[in-house]
Amino acid sequence: MVDKIEASGLSCAFGKIRSLTGINITVKENEILGIIGPSNSGKTTFLRALNRLNDFSLNYRQEGKIVMNGKDISKIDPESLRKNVGMVFALPLSLPMSVYDNVVYGPKRHGSKNKKELQQLAEKCLRAASLWDEVKDRLDASALKLSGGQQQRLCIARTLAVQPEVILFDEPCSGLDPISTAKVEEAMVELKKKYTLVLVTNNVKQASRVSDRTAFFLMGELVEIDITRNIFVSPKDKRTEDYVTGRFG
Amino acid sequence: MMNTKTSQKIAFSALLAVTLMVILPVLIIIIIIIREGISAINWQFIASMPSNGMRSGGIMPAILGTIYLVVLSVAIALPVGVLAAIYLNEYAKDNLLTRVIKLSIVNLAGVPSVVYGLFGLGLFVIFMKFGVSILSGALTLAIMELPVIITTSKEALNSVPQSFREVSLSLGVSRWKTVRHVVLPHALPGIMTGTILSIARIAGETAPILFTAAAFYVPRLPNSVFDQVMVLPYHLFIISTQIPNMPKNLSYGTALVLLMLVISMNLAAIVIRTYFRKRKKW
Repeated sequence: MVDKIEASGLSCAFGKIRSLTGINITVKENEILGIIGPSNSGKTTFLRALNRLNDFSLNYRQEGKIVMNGKDISKIDPESLRKNVGMVFALPLSLPMSVYDNVVYGPKRHGSKNKKELQQLAEKCLRAASLWDEVKDRLDASALKLSGGQQQRLCIARTLAVQPEVILFDEPCSGLDPISTAKVEEAMVELKKKYTLVLVTNNVKQASRVSDRTAFFLMGELVEIDITRNIFVSPKDKRTEDYVTGRFG
Repeated sequence: MMNTKTSQKIAFSALLAVTLMVILPVLIIIIIIIREGISAINWQFIASMPSNGMRSGGIMPAILGTIYLVVLSVAIALPVGVLAAIYLNEYAKDNLLTRVIKLSIVNLAGVPSVVYGLFGLGLFVIFMKFGVSILSGALTLAIMELPVIITTSKEALNSVPQSFREVSLSLGVSRWKTVRHVVLPHALPGIMTGTILSIARIAGETAPILFTAAAFYVPRLPNSVFDQVMVLPYHLFIISTQIPNMPKNLSYGTALVLLMLVISMNLAAIVIRTYFRKRKKW
């Protein structure tokens, strides 16, 4: 498979606090790369470096290089980069507007005005996020009335609506019940046919279920990255083994 | 040694008594003004010109003058204040310039109102040659409103969850469009409340318009922003101190009208706030 994203020598710091040190990692096209590791291991920082959301944080500094589609992302204008690299956050963050307006929020801001096209796009994205059947009769209802799992899939649909190539998931199921989680995971597996996914998760089992390859982060370092099966069955590093078997600490 | 329960009771009663003392002046003011002034209130009082050296007739020009001044000053101060608040909250980095701006805003809020009046006289009336006029008065009042509008708008913007901004930015939406379509709509109730409260405050101000807009008596209604106007607080001042044999109920009636104007604005602010609070939840 082709390399979609390649980070080399990536170090990030917020003021004096270092959160990533010298990460080398690649994300392949149409795979789900799972990233596991305890809190404070730099998973989210890595994710937010990929769409340059860290740029807004106070005193953020970064070294190293991230290349996507053969281009250094620090040289791409951040708005078109973020259009290309969507993100689904840890909590279902619906904007306080209707279901429909949530989905078309991005395209509308990017200048789409044709109502018919927007409606078709909304339906397509909601279907892709496996939410269409549940909300097709209540597109005008407030998005905040949906359940947590539905809202999270709505966030996925909203991300899809700006037609990205890469989607970053930042612990997307941390606030969801097992059935909602299963639905979101189902949607993710469906999505990798067309998109490249990076999934940060606190739930080790989730990584083993959905990701093709898994990376283990610890204290801002990349300990190990391999095919998911290898990480869980025969990890090379002792620390990885301890973490995935729950013997950590 | 007192037992805990008794001392607690005494403390609570003392606190309650002190708190009640705060309400007392408000109640007394309202009661006295209503009792003395209600007999003057009728349609003719509100809707006609003063006559007989202001000893009879109505106070319409003063009511209208106050409204003109308030509306124009808000029309000037609101856009400036909100834009400044957006800059400070959404864009400004924490550097020397920003700190100087914030310091000026705090100081602007602390300037005595008569100083604003003299400033307006110097800058708008004399230097810019607007004369004693609605425009000069409104500009002076606008400067006085600015710190309140900027501070409350900034608070309102600041209370919009950061995550909303991140969602919008993560979709590749620019910062300005994020402010325009996500942040501003949700800060709007707070901004409006702050603005109405600042209006309520300046509607009763006398000193800033004393030298810049207010007239003792104008026999006709203003035609343009370059005319002088009669205004309620100043009118109240002159009929209470400058005119002999003034019927007492007319002064109290004027005070009552001014008080109602200010109270109804405060009520409007509360209504708007509760209405929007019910509508938004996250």
